[in-house]
Amino acid sequence: MSEEHYLELCENPVQFENASSVNNVFFDEANKQVFAVRSGGATGVVVKGPDDKNSVAFRMDDKGEVKCIKFSIGNKILAVQRTPKSVDFISFIPDYPHLECSQECKMKNASILGFCWTNWNEIVFVTDQGIEFYQVLPDKRSLKLLKSQSVNVNWYMYCPETAVILLSTTAQGNVLQPFAFKSGTMSKMPKFEIELPVVPKPAKPNLTERDIAVATIYGQLYVMYLKHHSRTTDSPCAEVVLYQLPREGSYKKTNVLKLNTTGKFALNVVDNLVVVHHQSSQTSIIFDIKLREPDCALNVHQPVLPGRSIHPYRIPLTGLAAVPTQPPVPCELCILYETFSPACLTCAVCSPFASGYLWYLQVKLPPTVNLLQDKGKLMDFLLRRRDCKMVILSVCAQMLNGGDKGGLPVVATVFDKLNQVYKEYLEAEQTYTVATESGPSRGSAARERPVRTQAVIDQSDMYTHVLSSFSEKKDTSHKFIIAVLMEYIRSLNQVQITVQHYLYELVIKMLVQHNLFYMLHQFLQYHVLSDSKPLACLLLSLESTYPPAHQLSLDMLKRLSTANDEIVEVLLSRQQVLGALRFIRSVGGHGNISARKFLDAARQTADQMLFYTIFRFFEQRNMRLRGNPSFIPGEHCEEHVVYFKQVFGEQALMKQVTV
Amino acid sequence: MISPRMASGMQEKQYTPSLLSFFVYNPSFGSREGEEEKKILFYHPSEVEKNEKIRNVGLCEAIVQFTRTFCPTKPAKSLHTQKNRQFFFEAEDSFWIVMVVRNPMVEKPNKDGRPPTIEYQEEEILDTVYGAVLRECYSMYKLFNGTFGRAMEAGGVELLMQKLDKFFYRYLQTLHLQSCDLLDVFGGIAFFPLDKMTYLKIQSFVNRVEESLSLIKYTAFLYNDQLIWSGLEQDDMRILYKYLTTSLFPRHSEPELAGRDSPLRPEVAGNLLHYGRFLTGPANLKDPEAKFRFPRIFVNTEDSYEELHLIVYKAMSAAVCFMISASVELTREFCEQLDGLVGPQLTLLASDICEQYNVNRRISGPDKEPQFKFIYFNHMNLAEKSTIHMRKTASVSLTSVHPDLMKILGDINCDFARVDEDEEIIVKAMTDYWVVGKKSDQRELYVILNQKNANLIEVNGSSSHMFSWLYLLIPTLSTTFSSWTERNKGKNCTKKRERKRDGERAMDCFTTLKLSALQGVMTASV
Repeated sequence: MSEEHYLELCENPVQFENASSVNNVFFDEANKQVFAVRSGGATGVVVKGPDDKNSVAFRMDDKGEVKCIKFSIGNKILAVQRTPKSVDFISFIPDYPHLECSQECKMKNASILGFCWTNWNEIVFVTDQGIEFYQVLPDKRSLKLLKSQSVNVNWYMYCPETAVILLSTTAQGNVLQPFAFKSGTMSKMPKFEIELPVVPKPAKPNLTERDIAVATIYGQLYVMYLKHHSRTTDSPCAEVVLYQLPREGSYKKTNVLKLNTTGKFALNVVDNLVVVHHQSSQTSIIFDIKLREPDCALNVHQPVLPGRSIHPYRIPLTGLAAVPTQPPVPCELCILYETFSPACLTCAVCSPFASGYLWYLQVKLPPTVNLLQDKGKLMDFLLRRRDCKMVILSVCAQMLNGGDKGGLPVVATVFDKLNQVYKEYLEAEQTYTVATESGPSRGSAARERPVRTQAVIDQSDMYTHVLSSFSEKKDTSHKFIIAVLMEYIRSLNQVQITVQHYLYELVIKMLVQHNLFYMLHQFLQYHVLSDSKPLACLLLSLESTYPPAHQLSLDMLKRLSTANDEIVEVLLSRQQVLGALRFIRSVGGHGNISARKFLDAARQTADQMLFYTIFRFFEQRNMRLRGNPSFIPGEHCEEHVVYFKQVFGEQALMKQVTV
Repeated sequence: MISPRMASGMQEKQYTPSLLSFFVYNPSFGSREGEEEKKILFYHPSEVEKNEKIRNVGLCEAIVQFTRTFCPTKPAKSLHTQKNRQFFFEAEDSFWIVMVVRNPMVEKPNKDGRPPTIEYQEEEILDTVYGAVLRECYSMYKLFNGTFGRAMEAGGVELLMQKLDKFFYRYLQTLHLQSCDLLDVFGGIAFFPLDKMTYLKIQSFVNRVEESLSLIKYTAFLYNDQLIWSGLEQDDMRILYKYLTTSLFPRHSEPELAGRDSPLRPEVAGNLLHYGRFLTGPANLKDPEAKFRFPRIFVNTEDSYEELHLIVYKAMSAAVCFMISASVELTREFCEQLDGLVGPQLTLLASDICEQYNVNRRISGPDKEPQFKFIYFNHMNLAEKSTIHMRKTASVSLTSVHPDLMKILGDINCDFARVDEDEEIIVKAMTDYWVVGKKSDQRELYVILNQKNANLIEVNGSSSHMFSWLYLLIPTLSTTFSSWTERNKGKNCTKKRERKRDGERAMDCFTTLKLSALQGVMTASV
């Protein structure tokens, strides 16, 4: 069953010392850093981030108990809060002295709830009476107040990706006021109210930060509200309600995720999926808000997959305590599902060890393939994931080789979905090319080159990873193989993508292998296999086994209208010298053709009259071109002139007309 | 079966060619003296006296034997006499089929009550045409009965004679010798013009049906009596196509046209409306008495020799033939399953094709009577196209030109058949008609022009123009050929020519086909 775990923890967790009386642990969701502060910093502060770049260790003076500690973006400035009224700053800019300064909050009687860095030198203090937006000037050892806003705050939440702070206001705490920050500016976004299942009387804070999460999903900012079941309504199960906060305009209640159970939950957002962990059952479920449920009302979602636990993680024992023979200990994740940030982290503190671990949560796509039976839905799901290419290709290969599920209609659906994405990418690329070619005249309209995501599965991917090996399978009926290839070609045509030559070749190979020439013939007749020179040559090579291929090939060359030389060659090789000559004359190219080629071919037929005719034709041409019937040395026709004289006599040569 | 036709003014009577007799024999069956009757496997008309039958068969045998001495591999194919013409065809080893056709004749009344003089027009009928008709008789027999040899193996001479009797008794009544012409020589298939995407959809449909109903071995798809897809090999399809278009479809189109037996009915499963119905097998699936028996056909008789059930299913103008191995018994359940699966899809597909077809027609403008008529045939894929022939009915195929012109076409065709080279022949016929025939590799094109006061040079000038584009012209042939020319007419006429005689304009238009062809039109090349 282990291959059913579709969620896993990253391989290299951030390991830190457990919180204790001498050790305080802090987490900064913006930089994803864990701070371990020993004895108020005097015996060391160890900062660990998701990669080594973000890991720092330093000491600082113990000026009292640390309440909150965070680096600004890029580890430039450290902010430490030790008292309810002020925050201390230490400059960490390289080649700068470690200058320190302190800032008290402006509002009187206010106490600081926390602070967030919105830039390398911009910080927001959140107090119980409002917010204050500062710029830190490290060289002047001071802060400049950029803006402030007073409002009663119960608690706050920060979304680092969008630099949006969400404040909980009013007595019940259910009116949320978002603020957005961007390089020195602060803008107030429309506030909104979360509908509470029960309105307590008298009014008291009822909405806690545990029930709210902020995250960006598919590039949009969402506030997720975990709505526990209420006894008053008839829905006994908890659900997650999503509010979309657009940059402009007002918020919208957009999606409802049905959890179908009750209890304690934790939320994560990974790869645009909402992951909900249920503590008592030790399982997690995922939701894709773009996946429409056919049997549900609009925007009500059921879990994409059945609930599964996170893949067990084994903590390797390292250091002195490690006994080489002892296997890695499976981590007991039951302890806590403590999510500090919906961004991508889950944290578990393992009691048997004296350390804590911070993991990234990852979605493992291969197990989803077996859990989601509906292939169309599976494709929709996979196409929106980050590392989906190989999984999608393996699904395609499996679908064709398994042969049990759904058959061609399913194959068609899957191809259509893939090609839709492929088409959208090609179109974007096209518009980009056109835009850049039309010149950079309008700098404002400078477009970005469209990003080719993994979901773009083009014909060569499909050919290399799926179709070519599939077509060689001995145990699959050739009928099915051909049907699949045609289905793929149909799907490409449906979205007007030019089919690559190698796909046609594959079809032709299959048809020829099984002697299905008449089928091939009909495909060509309806131009299903588009004209091209290579295809025409391929057909020509089939002539010996299937004579009509000759005509098909010539027609194709003719339609191409750029292959007149090839047509002449083909006709000459079949000793149709007159036919070749007629043809080249009809397209007006007979002025500069090689006389020698035609005379050679005519000689080979051993038909003397034919040779005479051809010879005379070229004499007349020479006459017209140069006013002289004889061949010029460059044409290398001496041999034929000798032969002509030998057979028909010298007097048969055309005389030059002298005026 | 004499159908007299009144001719100009006088009390002259014209008789068209008609079938005198038709027989099948095998000389090896009665080689001993006195057993000659055993050679005869089938004889029409059956009421002919025994000795005459023996005499006639003997004569044919003798002629064939005699001519063999000149060329052992190619014995005589026909015998011309004043009153009739006999055609010999060795269908299988030692099995001969002979057809005797009475020459057309004119009966001129004489004065004074003397018996009328009869003039036989022995040169009016063509060997190629009736030779082809005879071969087709055999092919049709073989399609429904298998080879003579197999019948002999299965049940000896008795079975073979039974089969011959049963089949030809009815089949010969449907032969209309008076209206046979060049098209019978070709025995071609009309392909339905279609764009690539719709064609691929049909492919997809066929593949899906064959996948979900794995009993189906071969499928053929037709629209408007024109072929779109054949899973059968070319030769088998050729004869099946003939059967479908000249016998089965016309039989069923008449009740449709009459408006009764409206096939629209709600489908029980899925509650979908569809127009699908069986043309062979059960007329009504709901009928508890319905019989699930389908005609059987024999294909690939050269190698695998397969016997198949022929299910023909139709929705609107789209008809699909499903062929299933005869060893499988077809049940009500299967037919219901097929009806449920194919009916809705085919209805949808048929309306798709219809829409597409109408769009194409609208693009190419209204269908006017073109200034010229043509027959096109490609030996390579058997594609044929004729603007001379009207829609075929069950009884007779009508042509829109005088039989004399048709005869000229046949003559030209005979000339073409004699040599391998590409050729072009121009014939001046009576009443301002010109007939131009052109053969290029595997293709033949015959055009009938009505160009007043035109001379050979003019006709040749315009026709060489039009044939030099034969290659390019081909892709467009399958669309409404005439409409293309109509559409391009305007463009061209403004460009050149002051003289605008009708015929010339038509020719002119013909040459403009190259334009339309270059536009890479959306059709099949035939």
